[in-house]
Amino acid sequence: MGQESQLVASGFAVAGTRYRPIMGRPAIVWAFLDAMVLARRSILETIRLPELIVFVAIQPIMFVLLFRYVFGGAIQVPGGQYVNFLMPGIFVQTVAFGGVTTGISLAQDMQRGLIDRFRSLPMSSSAVLTGRTVADLARNLFTVIIMLIVGFIVGFRPGGTVFEFLLGILVLMGFSFAFSWISAFVGLVVRSVEAAQSFGFIWIFPLTFASSAFVPVATMPSWLQAFARHNPVSVLADALRGLFHVNPALTTADTRWALIQSVAWILGILLVFIPISVLRYRRTTAR
Amino acid sequence: MATDRAVHAEGLVKNYGRVRALDGLNLHVDEGSLLALLGPNGAGKTTAVRIFTTLLKPDAGSAQVAGFDVLKEPDRIKAHIGLAGQTVAIDEFMTGQENLEMIGRLYHLSGKDAKRRSLELLVQFDLTDAAHRIAKTYSGGMRRRLDLAASLVILPPVLFLDEPTTGLDPRSRRQMWGIISSLVSEGSTILLTTQYLEEADELANRIAVVDAGRVIAEGTSDELKLRVGGDRIEVAVARDGDLARAAEVARRHLSSDVTIDPHQRRLSGPSREGTRQLATLVREFDAAGIEITDLQLHRPSLDDVFLTLTGHQAEEEKTTELNRRWARRAS
Repeated sequence: MGQESQLVASGFAVAGTRYRPIMGRPAIVWAFLDAMVLARRSILETIRLPELIVFVAIQPIMFVLLFRYVFGGAIQVPGGQYVNFLMPGIFVQTVAFGGVTTGISLAQDMQRGLIDRFRSLPMSSSAVLTGRTVADLARNLFTVIIMLIVGFIVGFRPGGTVFEFLLGILVLMGFSFAFSWISAFVGLVVRSVEAAQSFGFIWIFPLTFASSAFVPVATMPSWLQAFARHNPVSVLADALRGLFHVNPALTTADTRWALIQSVAWILGILLVFIPISVLRYRRTTAR
Repeated sequence: MATDRAVHAEGLVKNYGRVRALDGLNLHVDEGSLLALLGPNGAGKTTAVRIFTTLLKPDAGSAQVAGFDVLKEPDRIKAHIGLAGQTVAIDEFMTGQENLEMIGRLYHLSGKDAKRRSLELLVQFDLTDAAHRIAKTYSGGMRRRLDLAASLVILPPVLFLDEPTTGLDPRSRRQMWGIISSLVSEGSTILLTTQYLEEADELANRIAVVDAGRVIAEGTSDELKLRVGGDRIEVAVARDGDLARAAEVARRHLSSDVTIDPHQRRLSGPSREGTRQLATLVREFDAAGIEITDLQLHRPSLDDVFLTLTGHQAEEEKTTELNRRWARRAS
């Protein structure tokens, strides 16, 4: 109290040092540097918010254990163990769900007026979005590593070479990044945290469950199989299964085709959603 | 041109769907002065600020900030302004210092300068002790101070403050007023929006009253109060018989324009000198042996300004508009 009233009584002095901004760097350099400043901000938030750690680490572990031990006994997969079939699927499901937080965080920033402040600054107009999606990518990688460890403990044994394994993780991360951008667009359009939550998950559920992520597509009714086979979640899960050599039913040609399709999905999504999200960002304000 | 630090708008129009938020707004803020944009919720104040800060594009009209056109050179404007919006726009999970450094980096200061400037601001805004605590733990007043500090990182020549004291307790509000007054005395050009006449009165060189997206009156605080009728003194007397004599005294000291309400034994008249006249009246009534039961100075409120200037209450319109919307939704 004493100190605060002093601030009024003594007459507040505002005069300060006016530092000159750095000039003359190309826009692309600023796009990168500004994005890094904001990525750091998002990562700090993840580390400092206990609820997020639960979402990032504990929830995926529970999924692994539940599917492995509750559904695992009942679900038959051709020519192999369910845990090996399951892990690639659950990786894809986890990064897809993890992407939803991108949109939720952006909607939250908008509600709190942070987006308005960022947009009033002379910074790169893509940085808020790239900063957030890059931070979410890092977070998803962390989650995947935790799941890999838990997976090994419960019996997941990928075959194949180290190169194939790393390629699989790389494609998975590409998918994670692409889904974050879809979610970013959703978050910017709906503008409220609650709506970002419901709209964010509503399309992810059918996409991840009507896919080969948890069960073989052949067990589904035929009308659903058509959707499930071409679903990007299935395509990526199959590519991972091929690269990890956990599904003997997949030939090398199958794997290559699934891989090409996965990369095409990732590039296609990024090519559409990065520009429309940035455009949307440039004209968005809090209510 | 770039040394121009004024804010200027002509005929700004902005529609949100069928709602007309701005309806030909004209505005001018002189260099080094504070203009208060005074009006109720939904009058278009925030929309105007968003156009000046290049967050929104107007549907029609033109605006210049610090000598740059909002439509043609939005990027140059951004390097010359600070904005403290209606909601406190700070990151809850970063410390006070981290928040200020981040804003500094985003204004493209070097890492070292961003840090030096943030330390300077933390001292000025009395946040040094809390510098390494995450902002989530800050009180409402501290958040507002941090938010205002964030808008001053580059000491911008033009500052936009959108309802900077809404939701603050009286002490924190006083504190913010102190800070804002110092900013004006040190030469910043400030556009401030507020719902409180008291706030505009305290801080502004000039006040523009907005309603339904246009400026309906503009002038200094005194000029506006004169249009509304200014301060009034109200007196209640104990005995019916004293009322006429009391009115006589009041006419002598206030003006001939004294209104009398015999049922309540009250009279009221305009006051130019405020509290000093209260003292005079007390002495005069006492000398004349008139017993009074109530004596008060009534200052015009935003509602009075609105009632006088628009013929409707500030809040009334909003309520009926809401009702209309609910009715539409229900049908």
